[in-house]
Amino acid sequence: MPRFAVPGRIAVNGRAAATWQTATLTEIRRETPHAATFRLAVPRWAGHLPGQHLQLRLTAEDGYTAQRHYSIASAPDGSGHIELTLDHVPDGEVSGWFHTVARLGDTIEVRGPLSGFFAWAGDRPALLLGAGSGVVPLMSMVRHHRAAGLTVPLRMVVSARSPEELIYASELGAETTAVFTRSAPPGVPVGRMAPAHVAPLMAEQPDGGWEAYVCGSNGFAEHASRLLVAAGQPVERIRIERFG
Amino acid sequence: MNVTRGFTGRPRVHDPGLPPGQYDAREDWPVLSAEVTPDLRPADWTFRIDGLVESPHTWDWDSAHALPASAYDGDIHCVTGWSKFGVRFGGVSLDAFFNVVRPHESATHAIATSHTGYTANLPLADLTGGRAWIAWEYDGRPLPPEHGGPARLLVPHLYFWKSAKWIAGITVLDHDEPGFWERNGYHARGNPWEEQRYSGD
Repeated sequence: MPRFAVPGRIAVNGRAAATWQTATLTEIRRETPHAATFRLAVPRWAGHLPGQHLQLRLTAEDGYTAQRHYSIASAPDGSGHIELTLDHVPDGEVSGWFHTVARLGDTIEVRGPLSGFFAWAGDRPALLLGAGSGVVPLMSMVRHHRAAGLTVPLRMVVSARSPEELIYASELGAETTAVFTRSAPPGVPVGRMAPAHVAPLMAEQPDGGWEAYVCGSNGFAEHASRLLVAAGQPVERIRIERFG
Repeated sequence: MNVTRGFTGRPRVHDPGLPPGQYDAREDWPVLSAEVTPDLRPADWTFRIDGLVESPHTWDWDSAHALPASAYDGDIHCVTGWSKFGVRFGGVSLDAFFNVVRPHESATHAIATSHTGYTANLPLADLTGGRAWIAWEYDGRPLPPEHGGPARLLVPHLYFWKSAKWIAGITVLDHDEPGFWERNGYHARGNPWEEQRYSGD
């Protein structure tokens, strides 16, 4: 009969989740041909944990609104700023606005942080598997790990179509293995994430085991979570965030 | 109103079937489960109703299918923002199961549990009166595992996280107890027409 559900990691601040705040665009950085990072000043931001997301709202002159959920890319740093990294989705009304219309000083509305499930408090060894822009919430964890000087083990495997499409490529360090599915640098094989990528990480399993975080498309999430289960990771210690 | 400079958005289509803040996902049916999709065969599937009922009962695949068939034709709404119109699920009305177990007078709420351990809480009134199903078909075919097959709870008038995938059981209670997402900041009831997304909404 049922295993225990994966518990949430933190309590969520209901008031922060319910209150819309104005956010001002202060920086735009191109990451890949299809993805860019948008830095927002949110003076009353309640703070977040790596892995959490927010809800974002754009409003047209006639009152029409479009709302989306986006993972937070930046580590919690108390700066009153947060960063989002957005793919430019074909015909996406919200990502399209960010990529083609937005400029510094524009204001939008956000609320959050939301959901305690995919949050990582920096307390448990973390094994992170991501693909495409699924790396975004995982990068918040990597950045937090570095900024806070944490010693708890953290490893990441990220999948991208090509080196040009690998988000945060210049920031990835020894904790990360990159997998390329369409084209790879010389000497690096082309292919899907495979048991050979996961097995060495499961073999170096730290005391208490890994807490696994998987983020990407549903197809990737199904594939990566099966790799983890096949390698012996307990299902109740796999947290999955799927795009949709 | 906080107008976003230069934002026009999609062409306006007046759609009375679209709850506030939702958009039409059209052909897409996103999968958003937070856990690993279980490897659950129909032969291994069971569904139990217990708690504040006269006679707790467990159905297996065949005995559940022996109940009168019932279909839902309509719309579904996900808290992440998408709605999907004109979906068709086949299964059995939950009323048929409740008729067997007979909830006590004191029963007010229920908690649905998946074979993965996922839970969702609901007022009993949202599960009765022809508004909730155990569904095993989608569009005339077996429900795919990633969408909750072999069988899921279907409560289409609430946000879809209430429609627990891989349904294993319903426990009838005389009080409300938060389920998985409800403990993670989501609304206790989740009515899309009142945009009850998060606990503070």
